[in-house]
Amino acid sequence: MKKILILGGGTAGTMMANHIAKKIPAREASITVVDRDPWHYYQPGFLFIPFGMYTKEQVKKEKKRFLPKRAEFVQSEVAAIEAAKNRVKLADGKTLEYDYLVIATGCKIAPEETPGMTDGWRKSVFDFYTYEGSCALAEALRSFRGGKLVVHVNEMPIKCPVAPLEFAFLADAYFTKRKMRANVDITYVTPLPGAFTKPIASKAIGGLMNKKNIDLVTDFSAERIDAAKKELVCYDGRVVPFDLLVTIPTNMGASVIADSGMGDELNFVPTEKNSLRSKTFENVFIIGDATNVPASKAGAVAHFEAETLIKNLIRSMKGEELLQTFDGHANCFIETGFGKAILIDFNYDQEPLPGSFPLPVIGPMSLLKESVFNHLGKLAFEWMYWNVIIKAIPIPMIGARMSMTGKKIPATITGGENGIEDLRDVRR
Amino acid sequence: MGSKTYGTFVVETNDEGFMTNFQQWNKDIAAAIAKQEGIAELTAPHWKVIDYMQKESAAKGSAPSIRAMTKSGVVGTKEFYDLFPGGPAKKAAKIAGLKKPVGCV
Ligand SMILES: Cc1cc2nc3c(=O)[nH]c(=O)nc-3n(C[C@H](O)[C@H](O)[C@H](O)COP(=O)(O)OP(=O)(O)OC[C@H]3O[C@@H](n4cnc5c(N)ncnc54)[C@H](O)[C@@H]3O)c2cc1C
Repeated sequence: MKKILILGGGTAGTMMANHIAKKIPAREASITVVDRDPWHYYQPGFLFIPFGMYTKEQVKKEKKRFLPKRAEFVQSEVAAIEAAKNRVKLADGKTLEYDYLVIATGCKIAPEETPGMTDGWRKSVFDFYTYEGSCALAEALRSFRGGKLVVHVNEMPIKCPVAPLEFAFLADAYFTKRKMRANVDITYVTPLPGAFTKPIASKAIGGLMNKKNIDLVTDFSAERIDAAKKELVCYDGRVVPFDLLVTIPTNMGASVIADSGMGDELNFVPTEKNSLRSKTFENVFIIGDATNVPASKAGAVAHFEAETLIKNLIRSMKGEELLQTFDGHANCFIETGFGKAILIDFNYDQEPLPGSFPLPVIGPMSLLKESVFNHLGKLAFEWMYWNVIIKAIPIPMIGARMSMTGKKIPATITGGENGIEDLRDVRR
Repeated sequence: MGSKTYGTFVVETNDEGFMTNFQQWNKDIAAAIAKQEGIAELTAPHWKVIDYMQKESAAKGSAPSIRAMTKSGVVGTKEFYDLFPGGPAKKAAKIAGLKKPVGCV
């Protein structure tokens, strides 16, 4: 009888507990999940709360409801991981021993990393990456009388790198509906050289921003925030003034990772990128936002990771060689406002391309192009999340590995005014 | 994938101008890339950064991020931006003949 210990009962930890319960018989392994928080949050919903599109209650459910009956849930803070000794210390002094460890402690925002950021915190400086932040921002947007709204990404990588873009698009729609868009300047400030990380998508999204009258400030790394003057100050001396700042602070792995000496400079755990095993410890696996693999930090990515991880956990228990099958596959919807969305699909090697995403029965969804259908897909994602994804039920027809079917590689990347419509496409 | 001319040198690069064959790299090419990136002259502090980045990249398989660089103590954040204006980690990696730092996903 082996002991499997899962640290973190969020998206990835819950999903893994369910995979294990389905695929490893109870007589072979016990499952323990530790998390400090009794609530499971649907984080993608944090994007919609500020605009009154989702309620606070909708995104918060009891964690235990989604864990398998077999799993023991321990509600506690993990204080230290002693991987060399195969054990974990809890904040109350208890020790949990394990044969196999799955680290799923996610990542968190670290506003204290940027001088001055916490000064105007939740007065003129807001986040929407936490439940409390998102709820506070709903109030701030409701009472906003106009002026400069700045959406700011502090440092890469961040989880769900499309969420701040979506926020800017939804803000455009929100103020348009409230008939006050003319009084609101929207500026998007990013440390990247373009709107998004990958060139083709970046051109397409940049074009869309232009169309929606959202100013784009690139290559901007904030040295500090002057809360009194309401200014973002760049290392190169540039200054962006704001009335309301919506920032994505630096994202870092859990503090316990640093305290246990297991993280990189951002407290992410060095992980083999195709097998998802720790680079240091043979019986430790990492999944979700906690890893340092160069894939997007998203729930959908954790879903694809889980398919490789469960197989490798079983192989590891049998002493077999690990599969090298995780390819960095990410698949996400980008809300663009007014009931539309874009869909992107990519992996470690292939950047997001235009084309169509084949979904038998439902029909193809267009890639990198706005459509109402994609928006419905995004809304359906919530149902899928609670009922399919975290329960470890495979999504029919969407493989863990990315497929090139339907994707088009542009001959020339021109981008510009109309975004992706300008791209001349060539079918491979 | 293709090639690009920096000064008088033709080197193999990806479509963003990062060198793909480190064997081709030398200090003169670095200086030529730097010129194209708007850095007139590579001084001793520039070289200190470039050397460290190359060592880290050889050891870890990828070029260090801004944060990793400043945490290493080799260069301060402000100084790093002053030396390589714009995107320092990216620019320095390009000049050092390395792949674009990951973290941009
Ligand atoms: C605004 C926003 C929008 C998003 N939109 C999307 C989207 O559209 N699509 C998508 O796929 N993804 C989206 N994501 C990303 C997605 O929510 C995350 O990638 C996903 O939740 C990661 O799962 P995880 O299990 O790694 O981390 P989490 O779900 O964050 O879980 C980590 C858990 O670890 C626990 N924990 C950490 N440290 C300790 C400790 N020391 N002791 C005890 N417990 C600890 C925490 O309490 C938490 O429950 C979005 C995220 C945000 C913030």
